[in-house]
Amino acid sequence: MMRHLISAADLTRDDAVLILDTAEEMARVADRPIKKLPTLRGRTVVNLFFEDSTRTRISFEAAEKRLSADVINFTAKGSSVSKGESLKDTAQTLEAMGVDAVVIRHGASGAPYTLANSGWIDAAVINAGDGTHQHPTQALLDAFTMRRRLVGRDEGLGQDLAGRRITLVGDVLHSRVARSNVDLLHTLGAEVTLVAPPTLLPVGMDNWPCEVSYDLDRVLAKSDAVMMLRVQRERMNAAFFPTEREYARRYGLDGERMAKMPEHAIVMHPGPMVRGMEITAEVADSDRCTAIEQVANGVSIRMAVLYLLLGGNEPAVTHARTEESK
Amino acid sequence: MTKILIRGAKVLGGEPQDVLIDGETIEAVGSDLSAEGAQVIEAEGQVLLPGLVDLHTHLREPGREDSETVLTGTKAAAKGGWTAVHAMANTFPVADTAGVVEQVWRLGRESGYCDVQPVGAVTVGLEGKQLAELGAMHESAAGVMVFSDDGKCVDDAVIMRRALEYVKAFDGVVAQHAQEPRLTEGAQMNEGVVSAELGLGGWPAVAEESIIARDVLLAEHVGSRVHICHLSTAGSVEIVRWAKSKGIDVTAEVTPHHLLLTDELVRSYNPVYKVNPPLRTEADVMALREALADGTIDIIATDHAPHPREDKDCEWAAAAMGMVGLETALSVVQHTMVDTGLLDWAGVAERMSANPAKIGRLNGHGRPVSAGEPANLTLVDPAYRGAVDPAGFASRSRNTPYEGRELPGRVTHTFLRGRATVVDGKLA
Ligand SMILES: [Zn+2]
Repeated sequence: MMRHLISAADLTRDDAVLILDTAEEMARVADRPIKKLPTLRGRTVVNLFFEDSTRTRISFEAAEKRLSADVINFTAKGSSVSKGESLKDTAQTLEAMGVDAVVIRHGASGAPYTLANSGWIDAAVINAGDGTHQHPTQALLDAFTMRRRLVGRDEGLGQDLAGRRITLVGDVLHSRVARSNVDLLHTLGAEVTLVAPPTLLPVGMDNWPCEVSYDLDRVLAKSDAVMMLRVQRERMNAAFFPTEREYARRYGLDGERMAKMPEHAIVMHPGPMVRGMEITAEVADSDRCTAIEQVANGVSIRMAVLYLLLGGNEPAVTHARTEESK
Repeated sequence: MTKILIRGAKVLGGEPQDVLIDGETIEAVGSDLSAEGAQVIEAEGQVLLPGLVDLHTHLREPGREDSETVLTGTKAAAKGGWTAVHAMANTFPVADTAGVVEQVWRLGRESGYCDVQPVGAVTVGLEGKQLAELGAMHESAAGVMVFSDDGKCVDDAVIMRRALEYVKAFDGVVAQHAQEPRLTEGAQMNEGVVSAELGLGGWPAVAEESIIARDVLLAEHVGSRVHICHLSTAGSVEIVRWAKSKGIDVTAEVTPHHLLLTDELVRSYNPVYKVNPPLRTEADVMALREALADGTIDIIATDHAPHPREDKDCEWAAAAMGMVGLETALSVVQHTMVDTGLLDWAGVAERMSANPAKIGRLNGHGRPVSAGEPANLTLVDPAYRGAVDPAGFASRSRNTPYEGRELPGRVTHTFLRGRATVVDGKLA
């Protein structure tokens, strides 16, 4: 296992499957009355958030606490960072405090990479989303959700997503979720199709390991999962699309479109959803939509990542198993 | 002043010859010149070039003396073999008045390491709206001939047209930083395969090429000359080549870093590779080398852009754009152009001395190495090999992309009007 988790592209198939399997074990902990493992007792994890994201921070925090880590939350808002203190200064402060891991969310692409490789800090670095670059734990929790739904909770153990057809729809250009998912799903053997208006696809993606389509209706019937990416309304001000209505009409997922999907196919969304824009309320609230599950799975995935990066040789998971078998 | 005899140097890379300097002037060039009364420099194996002339240097003074001053910048220039540099106008205050250009010019004279020829801003405050007093800057003691809003593009077509026309009155030239602003909002690196992957805002080649296309057509229409700063794409080369074939009076420059480095380096997210225009692709690099060799690109200019450490010691998006280049330029040119067989030393002299002096209408520089000419000379040891060590830089800033990289060639001596500014690779 690697020392940091910066990009989904850094994960091998076996790394990824190990994380998913470990997350499955972690999920069992959540089903127990006492949702805590002693694995990271005495270890300090900092959630270093330069960008607002309550959802992601809470998810990491829950994961850290379930592993008994000491948690420090450091948010940019109102802190020295917003007064111009640099990433470097902050990192060195954390280093002086002797933290074991830094979970970093940053608006600038590459900031976690810089943090991990600068020599400013010794801790393990986990990327919780950087600019429009990567969000690897999101891709892992998405893959986890897909494997559970499409392969099965127990049948899925040790398995990847070979042959599954996954469609991602929306603002690929500005999406770290899309980049991470393309990398990871490809590693796991899935066939990925990106659907977006051409304006919201990056120039230079010709060699990405995926298909590209401008036509959502044509790919729905052959999708095992359709992931809707968030589209910010403000994008229309920069002429990425003419109006919200036209976007919704061409690329939004409504009940009628959902009906074209195979019966077993699921609808995914990394949240927060813009209802009426990329997804209608009808679809968002349907049984096929896994948005809520994804949130729950996020905690298990983040526990698995923290455990594998920090836990070392402690057999946290088998420990959980033996207790259960008693 | 004593006489200096440079013995056995390959003048412009040719046969070994002796060059005798008397005072500020080259007295004689020949074989077996008498060393009587002269200090002798044994230059066997070394190449003697006319002093290099940089058309594009950021000296940062006034305003950002924490990154460079005229004194430290001209020291760096001397060490790199330059005897004249053109100081760009994007200082604080902007060099858009006779007062500021005269101040920079005077600081250059006082430094004594290298002639400093100020560039004047095209528009007031580099804002692209109102022409600066171009005539006043030209008539000032600084005698400005080159005008540029460098750092910013003169994007308004009417302002650009008027500037091109106006400076004809005194044979001036507008040097355009070609960057269509709307197409490069939030741009962080070259737009292409790497930017798509890294999720960094793209700086598309078309943003440079569309401005160059427009400006060569404007220059043709009004019968002016135009100079294109730091050309960086294969497409720009094609446009300039086409314009020259039509007889349009366009000249173009390329930086050393665009001759060597590509956007693949950005994968490290190391801001030392952040520069404007951005590092492009391997295909662009090869097209630029070819264009420099065949004369489509007229000159090499450094775009020496010093930045203090804290402006580069941060995440990519927060970092400043630019690289220092004065002290490594000749080595990079030797590595990319001479050692590859694309250009001989005479060609280097033309592109790093004669042509830039001609474009800038700079007297006393870029002259042939022959009797009666001003003794502005650079002696290079092309056999030298060594890793770049920024700790040894004379520049106040260290933001070089070449740290630790092995590059060939070393400037051993630089002479400014007969006075050695560099001796054995060290400032005199
Ligand atoms: Zn420029």
